[in-house]
Amino acid sequence: MASQAEEIAEAARVRRNWLLSAPALTVLALGALGPLMVVLIYSFLEPGDYSGVRWNFSLDGWFQIFFQRDIFDDTVGLADAHLRIFWRSVKLSLLTTLTTFVFGFPTAWFIATQPRGRRALWLFLITIPFWTNLLIRTFAIMEVIRNQGLLNSALMALGLIEQPLQIMYTDTAVLIGMTYVYLPLMVLPLYASIDRFDFTLIEAAYDLYASRWRVLRRIVLPIVKPGIIAGSILVFVPSLGAYVTPRVLGGGKNMMIGNFIDLQFGQGRNWPLGSALSMLLLLIVGAALLAYVRVSNREGPHG
Amino acid sequence: MKKLIQTTAILALMGSAAAADGALNIYNWGNYTNPDLIKKFEDTYNVKVTITDYDSNTTALTKIEAGGHGFDIVVPTHSYIPIYVEKGLLMKAGIPEMENYKNIAPEWKDVVWDPAREYSVPWQWGTTGVAVNTTVYKGDVNTAAIFMDPPEELIGKVNVVPEMQDVMSMALMYVGGEPCTTDKAKLKEARDALLAAKPKWMSMDYGMTEKMSNNDVMASVNWNGSTFRIRKNNPDVVYGYPKEGYVVWMDNAAILKDAANVDNAKLFINFIMDPENAAMISSFARYANGISGSEAYMPEDMKTAPEIVVPDELKSAGRFNLSCSDEAQSYYTAIWTELQK
Repeated sequence: MASQAEEIAEAARVRRNWLLSAPALTVLALGALGPLMVVLIYSFLEPGDYSGVRWNFSLDGWFQIFFQRDIFDDTVGLADAHLRIFWRSVKLSLLTTLTTFVFGFPTAWFIATQPRGRRALWLFLITIPFWTNLLIRTFAIMEVIRNQGLLNSALMALGLIEQPLQIMYTDTAVLIGMTYVYLPLMVLPLYASIDRFDFTLIEAAYDLYASRWRVLRRIVLPIVKPGIIAGSILVFVPSLGAYVTPRVLGGGKNMMIGNFIDLQFGQGRNWPLGSALSMLLLLIVGAALLAYVRVSNREGPHG
Repeated sequence: MKKLIQTTAILALMGSAAAADGALNIYNWGNYTNPDLIKKFEDTYNVKVTITDYDSNTTALTKIEAGGHGFDIVVPTHSYIPIYVEKGLLMKAGIPEMENYKNIAPEWKDVVWDPAREYSVPWQWGTTGVAVNTTVYKGDVNTAAIFMDPPEELIGKVNVVPEMQDVMSMALMYVGGEPCTTDKAKLKEARDALLAAKPKWMSMDYGMTEKMSNNDVMASVNWNGSTFRIRKNNPDVVYGYPKEGYVVWMDNAAILKDAANVDNAKLFINFIMDPENAAMISSFARYANGISGSEAYMPEDMKTAPEIVVPDELKSAGRFNLSCSDEAQSYYTAIWTELQK
């Protein structure tokens, strides 16, 4: 009897949970899956006149990502332009992840080792840039590094350089901008995992004659690894689709995936290719997230 | 409940009444509409005007095609007018019968993209050429070689605006071809020239009005009105009309087929064909307007501006870019992608 009552209660609980999450699931279905389905379907259609799509099934959108028909000799070859654009974006995202980690780790460590009362203030300072629009933050960076900008004016006033340094419109400029923009996304998860770190472990390691390097490698890094992975994913994913920062700071001579997709929906008049590219981007991001889930599952829940 | 319905009905009536009496929604390029002009229109006809900005023809077209936008007037570039017409997005508003129709300059009356001006009236027209800072380069500026084969002094200091249509057309004319050509030999020549020139460019970016005023960029493919504004800030900058061929364009105001405020839209179309009002459009964005008699009301500095008055010997090099065929467009995109890979 008791078990039957339990079953009924359990069923009611399950039903209540579904009902409670129904609004969220509906929004998710309509707001995320719906548009995604549209993009997926468009990637299998033919481009329409001037814009849009024609409702005929075609695999050209997907084919064109990897292969191209040479417009001059009509031979089909690997679409090296597209692959180079993809590789450039992936490379930039990896570099951004690396630089945000190099700057973010000491920052997070510093905050986590402050007296408890002061940590909130430091975290608050880290999040301040998020109050402003991404475009404005990017233009702010531009004001600093441009030829007549703060940095060059200061260096020239100090007599350190004669000619302004050409930083704007270089890959360095894009990397500086991306690092600045995404740094908080690295610092916050790192802080969360360092915050839970038991510092007596370090003392114990020193007592056992571990070198500083060994402590870092064998004690600190393994324990904060979940934070490193979470931060890396958080930085890598948006970097991959970054549009504004490369456009404004990089001078637009070389496209990123985001700009390339934009071209297809705009002047390129090829929505199916644009849709296929968007789906491919999604697949890459999905693969990165899956890898993360698998790694963190293997790590177990010890945190 | 009954009261609620009544209130709703009254509000609905008021809403539609307000729309019929005095609203007009204009969809136009950003930083392109003189606020004084709008003020004058509002005061004259007691109409509340709302302006919404767009940054490219494709943005505007996509949004309008999607429907539910609520705009009455749009201002597409000439090459887009046939696309709007073909898609059935514009209204035949009886423009030739309007009072001020007579003011359209003869050369802008019967135009290829809108014969007999059934759908649209001139807003502003201009050219795409090159802007050069003469402190860095003192040679001939009336050539596309400024960016297609940059002179020594300008290497690494030239910008090319990422406007595919204009740049591709200028590159094709530079190698002796025609815009929108499907002649592969010429396309190949243009591509090779562009690929060879690219390493000598500094950037492919917009926003030259500001960047050339500040000496961040020393030369660029640029629009004439923008160059006019640069010269006002930085007198060293001059505008060149490439003799190999440069691009001429016109933005045209038209009423949308699903406009809600048709009467007000017609009033506005007639209003901007008045020479004094057309001059207000030009004095703000610094482009010519295509309305006869507006010169009399133009600011003094525009009547003689070298960016506005095309030199006689270079007039014939100007070409209207019509919308290319899908085939030509696919060549443009392929070359453009290769250029930016």
